[in-house]
Parts: sequence; structure tokens; C-alpha cells
Amino acid sequence: MAKVTKLQRPKLSKTDELYLVGIFKGTLVTLKHAFKSVMGKSRGADSLNSSGLGITMQYPEEKWDDHLPEYYRGAPALVTDEQDRERCVSCQLCEFICPPKAIKIVPGEIPEGDEWEKVEKRPQEFEIDMIRCIFCGLCEEVCPEQAIYLRKDYAITGTSREEMVHKKDRLYEIGGKRVGLVNKWNDLK
Amino acid sequence: MSDTTPTKLLPKDEAAEKGLVNVQIDGNWIQVPRGTRMIEACKIAEKEVPHYCYHPKLSSPGNCRMCLVQMGMPPRPAPGADPVYGDDGFQEIGWMPRPVIACANTVGENMGIRTTGDLVEKTREGVMEFLLINHPLDCPICDQAGECSLQEFSVEHGRGQSRFVEDKVKKPKNVDIGPRINLDDERCIMCSRCIRFMDEVADDPVLGFSERGTHTTVTCHPDRKLDSNYGMNTVDLCPVGALTSKDFRFQMRVWFLKETPSIDVNCGTGCNTTVWTRGNKVYRVTPRRNDDVNSEWMPDSHRLSFHNTQGDDRLTDPMIKVEGKHEITDWNNALTASADALKQFESNEIAIIASARLTNEELFLTQGLAATLETSNVATVERIGEADGKLISADRNPNTNGAKLILGDSVSKLNDIKSGLQNGSIKALVVLGEDLFEAAGFTHDELAGAELIISSHTLANKTAHISDIVLPGAAFTEKRGSMVNVTGRLQKLNQAVQPLGNAHEDWELIRDLILAITGEKNDMFMIEDVLKHISTNITEFNGITFSKIGNQGLPILETGVEIPLLTKERERAEAGIIVG
Repeated sequence: MAKVTKLQRPKLSKTDELYLVGIFKGTLVTLKHAFKSVMGKSRGADSLNSSGLGITMQYPEEKWDDHLPEYYRGAPALVTDEQDRERCVSCQLCEFICPPKAIKIVPGEIPEGDEWEKVEKRPQEFEIDMIRCIFCGLCEEVCPEQAIYLRKDYAITGTSREEMVHKKDRLYEIGGKRVGLVNKWNDLK
Repeated sequence: MSDTTPTKLLPKDEAAEKGLVNVQIDGNWIQVPRGTRMIEACKIAEKEVPHYCYHPKLSSPGNCRMCLVQMGMPPRPAPGADPVYGDDGFQEIGWMPRPVIACANTVGENMGIRTTGDLVEKTREGVMEFLLINHPLDCPICDQAGECSLQEFSVEHGRGQSRFVEDKVKKPKNVDIGPRINLDDERCIMCSRCIRFMDEVADDPVLGFSERGTHTTVTCHPDRKLDSNYGMNTVDLCPVGALTSKDFRFQMRVWFLKETPSIDVNCGTGCNTTVWTRGNKVYRVTPRRNDDVNSEWMPDSHRLSFHNTQGDDRLTDPMIKVEGKHEITDWNNALTASADALKQFESNEIAIIASARLTNEELFLTQGLAATLETSNVATVERIGEADGKLISADRNPNTNGAKLILGDSVSKLNDIKSGLQNGSIKALVVLGEDLFEAAGFTHDELAGAELIISSHTLANKTAHISDIVLPGAAFTEKRGSMVNVTGRLQKLNQAVQPLGNAHEDWELIRDLILAITGEKNDMFMIEDVLKHISTNITEFNGITFSKIGNQGLPILETGVEIPLLTKERERAEAGIIVG
């Protein structure tokens, strides 16, 4: 069995017990930064896109958006391609892989006479519950059709639970058009 | 001194005495019956041989080439030479340099089979590559994805990447081949299972191959459709997504579905089924193998009958008729009202019309209800249709034999009740899961004599409409219970989904009705308790429990009834056409 040692709190000297020295040191640091920020010399202000008044960003007037990296994982959304085709064919793999079960899909058939009749299948309903979503990106990773991507939208708010469920049209609105993807349903198909 | 020294028998002679042969499979010697197919011998040895065209219930054309294995026999001794046996009593196996198909060849004495090894693995990889050359790879939109042999074997035995740079052959897609079936020719791997099934089992040979080479396609006869009542079995048979069900098309991916073994309740045969559900919804019903009931098939009409339980006409709440209008109430109210109303009548004024569509447990409780009400007027309704000479029995009640065992001859009592209603000796009816008009043949005039009708139904029908109290029951996918089929086999229903709304399982509502009438408690808390009572009270059920019934059922009666499809299958198995 492991040996249990009870940790003792360090014994404070009389000067330490007064706290005055600590408070004084802290105040000095604060004052140094306050002075620098008033002079417009805050460290990292530029790289962090801050207001310049300290390194604090004045959210929501100022946002991180320009600084988000390419691989940023925000709200998942559906995309269309150059031909304005819904890329999703409702294979339901994202629904399967989704760890918090945030995705719900009702598959549907593409009616005869439609431009993309040969694809046969597309989602009739596609819902992502943003209260459940954990932004893990597994849906994007699993998608065999390059149809779902995590975009840079992170401020997903709503005043009711229903509002927090992204329906199909909202998902396409966030996702928009994505070019340069594999055109699997080409003329040879 | 005896002149015969006891010589040790060789393994081949030992096996021959029992009608067996010795086969070496992947290095292990086993004994299998003479005439066994190599693929079945491998199955006995628990070595999987991938295959597409082979199916034990169909003839073996050997055209998919997926089951190629390496085979070897002892070399033929030179003229005049004797075979040489090793220490273990077996001859040395001379391996053939080329593979053979395991599905259409039978085993022989001292045969060797290799299901692994360089040659076999290379062969499988080659066959997989050829099968996938023209495959459209549209798994994301294919209903078969998740239960597709092509997917499974290409993961196990395929090479992972295509070397094919030429254009794929285009073939018709999404072809309307029949009222219930869709055909995608690009996905087809020409295994011909569907063609053989329609020819050999369904007796409606409408399918065939047309064109040649890579352009070969499965086609339906130009003047015909694949509209046989057994057509949807080809969907189950199809190892890929070429034949898909229109009913299940794009409904749900199979990996979400939960499988519940159950039985079909549309006729006396009681085909074994698997009910596929997600959440509280049934998505499809498929046949389940039972060589004593339905082989591996089931009729389309019965397969799709689960949709009847999903309509808007389901009863979800108990109802009491107030001033000619049904009003929704709760179970307590409905049951006390029923008990109070029944107590207004003399016991011989009450009749119970039960149904041979109820399970044994429900029928047993029906008998208990009759005993509580002290009435002997308990009838069931006969339901006779046309037999189709395959699986559909003329008896359209799934539990006629169970009703006979539990209630005795109850069918003839229906007329007594009819006349009793006419002459006013019967004034109250308890109807359990039966339709009085279409099935039992009552007319409104005849029923005018009934002052009280209490009925339980799953669907809103005319009987429910005229009932004073309606108790909602559960559909066949929503309850447990056992039934006895036409051949006397006891089989069980399993609960795949929960009863809709406030509906109760039928055995519960009959028990609760008994409790409401007597005001006492009994010891039937679970359906197992009811079966325990049945097993102690009825000889044929002695010692029966749900676990003993199992998924394959248990014969408890000798009825002498044969299922025509099985008779035919046995003949074909004896003729060596199929494995069976």
C-alpha cells in the first residue's frame, strides 16, 4: 500500500502574516501594466486584436473571427457545391457517429424529373441540436460525400430550445457553397 | 490360439461404418457425412468460406467464384501398388495447384481443404477485384449498406484500392421491376440467387440474365413484373443492394435497427420473423430461418402487414360511450365501469367472444374471466381463407390450435351466442380482439339485443364503434405471448416496441378486468406467471416456459398438418438438388 503523507501548510513568518509586502508587490505589477496600456504599449495587443487598452478584447464589439485558424471547429453545417447541388445524400453516418446524438435525419427520395434524379437520395429533414453538439467534428470526418463541415460560427444563441435546433435551411445558410470538392456524381455516374 | 489378430481399423474404415468421411480442414481432421458439400464441411469446422451465389435452400450453380478453396486428395497409387498410410492412419494429401469452388463440390475420404494460405487469399482478392470493377460504389445511398456481403468481403478479402482506370459499364439503375421491388443493375454481382429463388421456390420464373460478358444484367420477363407474393424474399436473398424493397426504401439505415425475433400472426403457419425497430417504430419485418415452419421465406402480404398497426386508426385510450359518443377516460374508470356494468347481468346472460388471434396466455385469462363471470358462453371466430400451397395456411387465425387446447371447441359456440342474442337470453357481450361484423358475421339487427358490449381492440373498427366500453389492446409487435401453429408447434411472440399511447398488452387488460370484477388480488404479475398457470393446468403445456420455447419453437401437438413448401423442400434436399 502506498504510504500516505499528510501535507503541511507552509509556516508563515510574521512579515508574511501581515500580507502587506504581497499586496504591495501585486499593486506594482498592476500599476506597471496599467501605465503601459495607457501609453498604448500593452504586450500582445496587436496579435490578439485587442482594443489596445490592455490586452482585453472588447467583446462583442471586437471579435476573434479574423484570428480563427483554418482548422477551427465551430457550428456544423451542410454545404452545396458549384452546381448548387445539396451534397448530403442522407447516408446517416454522421447521425450514427455523433457522440452526443445531436443529429437527426429523415431520409427522402429525390423525385423523378429532378435535375439530380440520379443521386436518388437526399435528406428530407436534417436537424442538429446545437444544445447537444459538442463541436467534436466527427460528423465532418465521417462524411463520405464531403457534405458537412464545421464552420467558424461559434456564437450559437437562441431564446428557446426549438431555436437552438438547426433545421435544414439554417444549416445550408451557415454552410453556404463550397468549391473544389470531389465531384463524385459526375457525368460518368 | 486364434488365427485372427485384432488389427486396428483405419480411420477411413471407422468413418465408413457410420456413413462419414474424414476431411482435413486447415490441418485438422474432422468427420462429416458422406456427400456433404465442401462449404458445409468448412462450416462444421467453423471456418468461414466467403460466398455469394451459394445458398443452402437453392441449387448451386457455382457462378460467383467467391468460395474458391484449395483442395487435395491422396495421389492415386501406381498400378499394383498399395496405398501408403501414415502413423495417424491417413494417406498423404497431394494438393491441387488450382483452387476449386467449395459450394458445388462434395467431400471425399481423405480429402484436404485449405481455406487460408497464399493461393486462396490471392484468389479471393482477385475475385473481389473483378466483382468491384463495375460496381458503382454508391454505398452512401444504398439501402443494403450495413448488411451487404460485398462490403463485408471487400473489407476482409479485397485489396482496398481499385486499379481499374477504364470507364465503368453503365447499366440501368432504379428500375421498377415489380410493385414492391426496385432493381439496381449496376450493383448486381450476377449471383443468380433471385433467379433461382423465383424459379425453384416461388414457382414464378420471371427473372433471368440477358446480354453477355460485363454487360450481363438481371432482367424481368418483358411482359411480366416481379409481382409474386413471395417476391420480397429476393430482397433478403440478394447479397448486395441490387434488389431493394420499395417499402423500406430510404426509410432507415439498418445499423440503427434493433432486431427482435418474433412470429407472423396473419395465418396458422406462424412464419418466424425478425422485427426491425428503432425507437418505438417498426421499420420492417423479415423472415427468420426455421426449418420446421417457414424455411427461410415468408409471403410479402404478411411481411408488410405490420403497417396496419401504424395507421391513424389505432386505439390509444380506453373509452366509454356517453350519450352515444365515445369519451376518453383512464384505465381505472374504464375497468370499474366494465365490472359494474357486467355485474348488472345474470351470469348466463353474459357471453364472451374471444379470438383465435389472441395468444395462449390471453386465451387462458379469457377462460379465467369466464370462470369469474360464471358463464360458459365463450366462443372464438373461425377465419378461413385460401391456402396458397406454399406458406399461407387456409386457417387465417394464428392460434386456432392454442384456442382448442385452452377453450375446447369454442368455434361452434358462436352460433349459440347468436341465437342467444336473438331470443334475448344473452344480453351482454365481452368481445376480445375480434371483429363481430366481417369476421363473425353478426348483423346490426342481431346485435341490437345486446344491452352491453365491452370490447378490446387495437384498431378502431365497427365493433369498437358500437361498443359501450372500448379497451385498447396491443398490436402483435407490442406484446409477448405464445401461439400454437397449424403443425402443433408452440412458438412465441416477443415485444419489439411499447404499446401505443395508453394501450395495454391484452393479457394485462383481461387480468385487470378480472381483478376489477372480483375486487381481489391474484398472483399474475408477469406474463411468465400466466404461462406457469397454463403449464400446470393443461397437459400439453406441461413444463413449458418462455425460455424453453426458444426462438425455434417447440412441438407440443400432433396435428398431421404439413406445410407444403417444406414438403417440397425436403424432396429437393433428398434429390440432392439443395443442401436444405
